[in-house]
Amino acid sequence: MPEIKVTPLGAGQDVGRSCILVSIAGKNVMLDCGMHMGYNDDRRFPDFSYITQNGRLTDFLDCVIISHFHLDHCGALPYFSEMVGYDGPIYMTHPTKAICPILLEDYRKITVDKKGETNFFTSQMIKDCMKKVVAVHLHQTVQVDEELEIKAYYAGHVLGAAMFQIKVGCESVVYTVSMHSSSYRCAAWIDKCRPDLLITESTYATTIRDSKRCRERDFLKKVHETVERGGKVLIPVFALGRAQELCILLETFWERMNLKAPIYFSTGLTEKANHYYKLFITWTNQKIRKTFVQRNMFEFKHIKAFDRAFADNPGPMVVFATPGMLHAGQSLQIFRKWAGNEKNMVIMPGYCVQGTVGHKILSGQRKLEMEGRQILEVKMQVEYMSFSAHADAKGIMQLIRQAEPRNVLLVHGEAKKMEFLKQKIEQEFHVNCYMPANGETTTIFTNPSIPVDISLGLLKRETAIGLLPDAKKPKLMHGTLIMKDNSFRLVSPEQALKELGLAEHQLRFTCRVHIQDPRKEHETVLRVYNHLKGVLKDYSVQHLPDGSITVESILIQATAHSEDQGTKVLLVSWTYQDEELGSYLTSLLKKGLPQSTS
Amino acid sequence: MAAHLKKRVYEEFTKVVQVSAEGSELCRVTPQQHEDLSAKKLRLTKPSKSAALHVDLCKATSPADALQYLLQFARKPVEVESVEGVVRILLEHYYKENDASVRLKIASLLGLLSKTAGFSPDCIMDDAINTLQNEKSHQVLAQLLDTLLVIGTKLTENPSVRMRLVEVACKHLTDSSHGVRNKCLQLIGCLGPVEKGVAKEAESQAAKDVQKIIGDHFNDQDPRVRTAAIKAMLQLHERGLKLQQAIYGQACKLLADDYEQVRSAAVQLIWVLSQLYPESIVPIPSSNEEIRLVDDAFGKICHMVSDGSWVVRVQAAKLLGSMQQVSSHFLEQTLDKKLMSDLRRKRTAHERAKELYSSGEFSSGRKWGDDAPKEEIDTGAVNLIESGACGAFVHGLEDEMYEVRIAAVEALCMLAQSSPSFAEKCLDFLVDMFNDEIEEVRLQSIHTMRKISNNITLREDQLDTVLAVLEDSSRDIREALHELLCCTNVSTKEGIHLALVELLKNLTKYPTDRESIWKCLKFLGSRHPTLVLPLVPELLSTHPFFDTPEPDMDDPAYIAVLVLIFNAAKSCPTMPALFSDHTFRHYAYLRDSLSHLVPPLRLPGRKLVSSPVSPSITPHEDPSQQFLHQSLERVYNLQHLDPQGIQELLEFTIRDLQRLGELQSELAGMADFTATYLQCQLLLIKVLFSRALQEKLWNVAAPLYLKQNALASAAAKQILEETYKMEFMYSGVESRQVVIIHHMRLQAKALQLIVTARTTRGVEPLFGMCEKFLQEVDSFQRCFISELPQMQGSFVDKLLDLMPRLVTSKPSEVVKILQTTLRQSTFLHLPLPERLHRASANIIEPTGESDNPLRFTSGLVVALDVDATLEHVQDPQGTVKVQVLYPDGQAQLIHPKPADFRNPGPGRHRLITQVYLSHTAWTEPCQIEVRLLLAYNSNKSKAATKIAKSTWNESLEALPQPENGIEGTIPFSKPVKVYIMPKPARR
Repeated sequence: MPEIKVTPLGAGQDVGRSCILVSIAGKNVMLDCGMHMGYNDDRRFPDFSYITQNGRLTDFLDCVIISHFHLDHCGALPYFSEMVGYDGPIYMTHPTKAICPILLEDYRKITVDKKGETNFFTSQMIKDCMKKVVAVHLHQTVQVDEELEIKAYYAGHVLGAAMFQIKVGCESVVYTVSMHSSSYRCAAWIDKCRPDLLITESTYATTIRDSKRCRERDFLKKVHETVERGGKVLIPVFALGRAQELCILLETFWERMNLKAPIYFSTGLTEKANHYYKLFITWTNQKIRKTFVQRNMFEFKHIKAFDRAFADNPGPMVVFATPGMLHAGQSLQIFRKWAGNEKNMVIMPGYCVQGTVGHKILSGQRKLEMEGRQILEVKMQVEYMSFSAHADAKGIMQLIRQAEPRNVLLVHGEAKKMEFLKQKIEQEFHVNCYMPANGETTTIFTNPSIPVDISLGLLKRETAIGLLPDAKKPKLMHGTLIMKDNSFRLVSPEQALKELGLAEHQLRFTCRVHIQDPRKEHETVLRVYNHLKGVLKDYSVQHLPDGSITVESILIQATAHSEDQGTKVLLVSWTYQDEELGSYLTSLLKKGLPQSTS
Repeated sequence: MAAHLKKRVYEEFTKVVQVSAEGSELCRVTPQQHEDLSAKKLRLTKPSKSAALHVDLCKATSPADALQYLLQFARKPVEVESVEGVVRILLEHYYKENDASVRLKIASLLGLLSKTAGFSPDCIMDDAINTLQNEKSHQVLAQLLDTLLVIGTKLTENPSVRMRLVEVACKHLTDSSHGVRNKCLQLIGCLGPVEKGVAKEAESQAAKDVQKIIGDHFNDQDPRVRTAAIKAMLQLHERGLKLQQAIYGQACKLLADDYEQVRSAAVQLIWVLSQLYPESIVPIPSSNEEIRLVDDAFGKICHMVSDGSWVVRVQAAKLLGSMQQVSSHFLEQTLDKKLMSDLRRKRTAHERAKELYSSGEFSSGRKWGDDAPKEEIDTGAVNLIESGACGAFVHGLEDEMYEVRIAAVEALCMLAQSSPSFAEKCLDFLVDMFNDEIEEVRLQSIHTMRKISNNITLREDQLDTVLAVLEDSSRDIREALHELLCCTNVSTKEGIHLALVELLKNLTKYPTDRESIWKCLKFLGSRHPTLVLPLVPELLSTHPFFDTPEPDMDDPAYIAVLVLIFNAAKSCPTMPALFSDHTFRHYAYLRDSLSHLVPPLRLPGRKLVSSPVSPSITPHEDPSQQFLHQSLERVYNLQHLDPQGIQELLEFTIRDLQRLGELQSELAGMADFTATYLQCQLLLIKVLFSRALQEKLWNVAAPLYLKQNALASAAAKQILEETYKMEFMYSGVESRQVVIIHHMRLQAKALQLIVTARTTRGVEPLFGMCEKFLQEVDSFQRCFISELPQMQGSFVDKLLDLMPRLVTSKPSEVVKILQTTLRQSTFLHLPLPERLHRASANIIEPTGESDNPLRFTSGLVVALDVDATLEHVQDPQGTVKVQVLYPDGQAQLIHPKPADFRNPGPGRHRLITQVYLSHTAWTEPCQIEVRLLLAYNSNKSKAATKIAKSTWNESLEALPQPENGIEGTIPFSKPVKVYIMPKPARR
């Protein structure tokens, strides 16, 4: 029985360090190669020794696929390819390929330069690693080798995020992670490809979210009110993804409401990233694509690059600054400057890790102890705005409904939440659902249909015989199945013989039927002829001059019994192909002739 | 000479009649006769057409050649009578042809030819059917079936033909090619028997139930055929066949099809069935319950709102709106939305807003975790994929494609209009849509809200969201919102205050919205007098003890506040007691200057400023109307005074009327109209009795004489212009008035003729003019023959009496006769129509106040935004033009696009367009003038349409009508000056 084996090296009942091994029809594919934010030791990367203890990974893996540029999906890539050693192809979409090295470099800098770690991948390694990457377009079918093919589908709003369909023969797996619903639900789209297995994330397995429009409106209203009051708004963000989304949001709003207050974003990473967003405009949502005819939305009209000195400018302004949790850098500096004024506002657009300033102010702390025993009193307003972009339970369910997989496998989520979703999926779609832990192998048995080539001539000939084709009923066909060189063909017997160089043998069945008939032989023959003619109306029954009868190709001859002249022996002879008719005819004759009046 | 002229005119005229009479007869005579009778044109083309084709096709050596010939042939139209011959030749070649592509082209040509108007294709039907017999190529078969479809649709009246074609189609339904099956189904759909009777009759020969045949193909292996089958079914429905309920089950299965076009068609089919059998009962699968079919179908279509393909989603969302028989609890489920977070129930933003509102707390969202999830959810009870109607609109409104969102908003609107309770419930969602990222969606939801506004009352938090949109930079959005606020119910006085504050903010940000905002406040005030009352002291900033400074009367914001208060005070008699002295003064001022915004008030201690026009008094008893009529009577009664007296009287009356028009806006149209008419009459009299036309002063000094003549001709020209204005600038002009106007124009033309006759020396040019004039008299007579009896003693009446004499006499005599007739003719009474409005335009933008010149490089263009309001203009798309006058006298006429006109209300239009300017370089900035013109074309005027409709004769229709021609233009807006500066191009 053919089977698909899935083993998560990371992200199995867990969030972070996505890395899933899939073996399908003898091909081994690795999906994502991420790092774990929570660890600083060996555990931060997946355990690649699971694949092989010694020897290069290239021999064991046919390809690696990266779904999007978040570090928990691509962070271990240079380590994997350069330090562990992998030379095979790595597939990702064009935007991912463009942005991925920036993030990796940033990650490397923080780890090596700031934390002073050694034995980490170098800039050169990132470059070398990126050279192994093959970029794919959406809906482009890439032939990895003769049998394995992959295809990317649009997966939502993180620039370049894609779902991948991996197909060998007629067995297929679809892998999707972090479908960021762009502005609204159902942004990710896949055709009814009915894969054998759908591997999906389940971060928000137990959440159904409110419409994004409400949240956006709240956000914009708050910013607007503060700016109108003459206050300054600080929005701490991480460089990529949400920052651009918010930029677009504010830019459009400024445009719509004809506002004049300046908006700044911190230079550096964000600027670079914006550049890529500008380039890959086709990967963004409908609104942005629509306006592109007039102008590129990322050519911001109202948003300018930030300079340190601007923070002290009087008057209202909005500033996007990194990092997002207010734990260091520019955002913290600006925060310290503005915290004292109650007219100002800080909006936290995402989750903050415990211990960061962001977390403290969100939990309501108004007096912060900064370094040097300094006490900072926070008078500015603190707002929390959830803009999380993972698909919620409904989104996942809808994707399953669209793709109609035969099995579902959940990764990238907490076990408890997965349990709920698993139960729901099984209940509503009646398909098997799996949720393996890290290192645990799930085996899925498939029942692939095997395609057979049939020659057109044979098909036409066979459909022409008999009744008209009816879509609802299976049809019986005669032909020869040739299995040769891993391919199946259905050909006509003559051709098969020819190809195999065999001579045709004829198989004939002959049967004697005794009939009690005192009359002369030719009279008997005539009687038989009349009888058959009466019974077999649809067939051609002929009386040949040499005294024999043919029914189609079946020959009937009558001779007198050598011993008993009153018994006539009917010799019925037919070929193998006419077995059906021949046996029918014998049974008919065995019943005897009707007692005619003559 | 004149006699000769007349003869020619009449000859030509009768000839035209003859030809057209022949034309009408020809339809009945046989082609042979026709050939003999008809004009040379037909003979030229007819024999050559088919023969040439035949020769060409025989010449063709290769299929490619033949194709070329056919393509060339197809470019030229074929006359009705030669169609059959051409078809025969084509068929002949069809049988001979071996190449499938040529046969395909021939088949398609057959279809094209059978479409020829006036050709009855029944003669070629048999041949067309015969060609099907031996055809092997599927493509050609499909094309032939298409041809049969064309033939069939031309012969729908003939049931036996239809039966035959349907039979042919049924025979080919088993074809292996999807294209052929497609066409067959289409044919059956278009021609299948619809009436029960016919079906029974035909049962003997072909006992076929078309519905069953089509239904069998719902399961075809090819999605295109499945789609065609559903479409054919829908076609049958459109043609009036009642579909059987049995196919509902089949259609439901098709909703799960793999292909979007099948699903999309299936959704339509289900909708049709739900409208046909709304009340029948269908079982719910996997349970014993049963529900109404319309509810079941509603649930299924709702399910499709979350389909994978956006085409299907749009389709489904649109259809939802028209399912009004659906039960209310199903309807309300569509707005159902349950949120959860970590398996705990979470309240939606709507619910939170509502709660905050009812608890009295105003602002929201200050705390983190304000939206923290509440109670635990029973895991078994959560339905992640909603079945049926649940949350369909929630999905539709949050769809990523704006097309789906618009469709959902539209559907919401239609359902809410028929169900007040649903309207109340969907309010939250609609208000949400006001913040959509796509402008069209925002606009659509604002319009929707306005349409259902009589069913709803806005809560304060909803109002807050609505008002936030007032700052939108799009004028359309703001104006739509003002319209919405005009008819919105607000529940609290805070709401009114909030609305006022936001509107004032809007006013400061976009001062051009002034009018719209005032109007909005007018309605807001008159709808909520009791809510405005407690706000009055605050709004007027009065103080119980201290006098407050008098606000600036010219401040638009202050006027806005006053408009709100005065309109509220109209139905709230206690309010004026709160006014301070200056408010009363301001009231008097505003009542006068902005009378359309400020209602008459019953103020303590003073009389009403203007007498109330109570509805019981009919317009005829209205004193101002009376005055109008009286002054007109006075003029009409004085027929034969001395010219001096008439002139004076006319001058006075004109002055009176003009003043009346200024005072009474509702009578302005009427007064202006009559004043213009009198003005024309006055000018006519002045010229006629002036010294220029006095016979005895024929030999005055040349300079004086020239001047007099110039005056006379100028007057004639002015009268002409005024008549065009009268005819085209007023809406509500009836044929009675048109006659008078045309009559006046005729007089003006006569005057012109007289003046020309006196100034020109030669006789030659006069011939032409006379002839033209007589033609005009003639056409006047034809156009208005029914009105002539009422014109006793008028110029035309007399002229027609003299007509035989005129046509035979010389130009100089004609002129003499005209002059005397003009002088003797009576003054025609101008009957007044019920309602008359003068078209007017007001250019809002450019304002013409800017001192900064618009700089651009010479040779390139600069776009100038023009924004204007048009009132009482009929068909502005066709008539309104923009004129740009450059200082060098160069004028440019711009035709705005039809899409630039918006129609905000009856009789009102809005032109928002861009005008492209360009010029060679100037040394310094200079002003150009922009104005609006009303283009007219008297051929397309009411008079012309009138004759076209009347049975008088058809000859006029046969005359070539200038297509979309502009005869002249009337400026109808004040010109606006724009300062521009084309700079020389830098090298």
